[in-house]
Amino acid sequence: MELLSVIYLIASVTFLLGLRMLSHPETARKGNLVAAAGMGLAIFGTIFLYEDPNSDERLHNYAWIFSGLIIGSIIGTVTAKRVKMTAMPEMVSLFNGMGGACAMLISIVEFHHFASTDFTLQISEALEANGMTEEAVFQLPMPTGMLITIFVGLIIGSVSFAGSMVAFGKLNGTIKDRSFKGQHIVNIALLVAIIVLTFSLLKVISNSFEISSDEVINNAHRIRFGRGIKLIEFSASTYAVFYAVLVFSLAYGILFVLPIGGADMPVVISLLNSFTGVAAACGGFLYDNKVMLTGGILVGAAGTLLTILMCKAMNRSLKNVLIGSFGGGATASGGAT
Amino acid sequence: MDNILTWIAFHQQIIYIVILMIFVGIEVIGRVPSVLHTPLMSGANAIHGVVVIGAIIIMGRAETSNYLALILGFLAVVLGTLNVVGGFVVTDRMLEMFKSKKKK
Repeated sequence: MELLSVIYLIASVTFLLGLRMLSHPETARKGNLVAAAGMGLAIFGTIFLYEDPNSDERLHNYAWIFSGLIIGSIIGTVTAKRVKMTAMPEMVSLFNGMGGACAMLISIVEFHHFASTDFTLQISEALEANGMTEEAVFQLPMPTGMLITIFVGLIIGSVSFAGSMVAFGKLNGTIKDRSFKGQHIVNIALLVAIIVLTFSLLKVISNSFEISSDEVINNAHRIRFGRGIKLIEFSASTYAVFYAVLVFSLAYGILFVLPIGGADMPVVISLLNSFTGVAAACGGFLYDNKVMLTGGILVGAAGTLLTILMCKAMNRSLKNVLIGSFGGGATASGGAT
Repeated sequence: MDNILTWIAFHQQIIYIVILMIFVGIEVIGRVPSVLHTPLMSGANAIHGVVVIGAIIIMGRAETSNYLALILGFLAVVLGTLNVVGGFVVTDRMLEMFKSKKKK
């Protein structure tokens, strides 16, 4: 485990160096290789050295992991090598979408994992470890924080996935610019629906902790600990709301990119790129994994700045690119081409 | 309010990392010339593929009877690897093109 922390530290530094070298013409190519080496180190370090903090177990299912890695590498290398030079941006968009989808899938699996976890056990273990007595007041920041990161990862990941796929299709020529009247209202409504559903679900879940001892007093998330608290099993509607958030996020991603003109696509891809960075950072939060956290936040911040710089290079403002196309779809796409 | 403060205290290490990384991320690419915008975007795209580590952890922790986690986790590993490998290869090809253009 100690060795793995050092590996993660080295990988984080290579990401930093890689980004730095990528922003200078002479060192750019080497920078890419430096970052790639760090990534390889982090991935193989995780496979062989990772230990579950709760059970101190090493990872298993190596056959699945390696076949996934090999299949992904082969498809990735072949498509990236075969693609024409002119089609590079759409390739970036496609790969970005894959990263978003990965973050989305992680959130889905972790939600189901969360729903089936026995919290009683974890909490009493924590209490024993801290040498607290039965009367001790135990705070519950973990499940709520975990749930929020699961949701943020889910929403941002799926927006990024759906948006990148639309951007890919647009650069490909398979999807045409399309906008209908009042689309921005639909977009805002979707966004509000996502937020409201997420909060209501968070509330439902935080109310579904059952207190199994008479001594336990639940006072605004402050739980006086007697024998244990337990998560009541989620009803089917909880899962339904969770998947509704997923579907709405996907729909939002599609509608968000659909009206934007083809010439502005690189800016949008850069924005979605930084979104996926944030989604990856959520994974870092979830697993307390420093390399995911630093890598994700680094890309999130650098990607946002890069988006703004790209807009400036095109003599447009970000607001103009994102909102300007609504309603005036014809003028925006006409002016761009 | 009490809750939020405890949460911040509990996670302060992570919060420090997040804040510092935001500034570092902005500083590190601050003076990028506009010709390098697309390769830099592509390189950053490959770096956020680090999310594949999360997918590997899921796969490695999943019990062999938990098909949902296995199938979705497997898919996540494939997609994440695609992001990493494809991202770095595409960036390399872009920069290769950049170099040959400069020589001419």
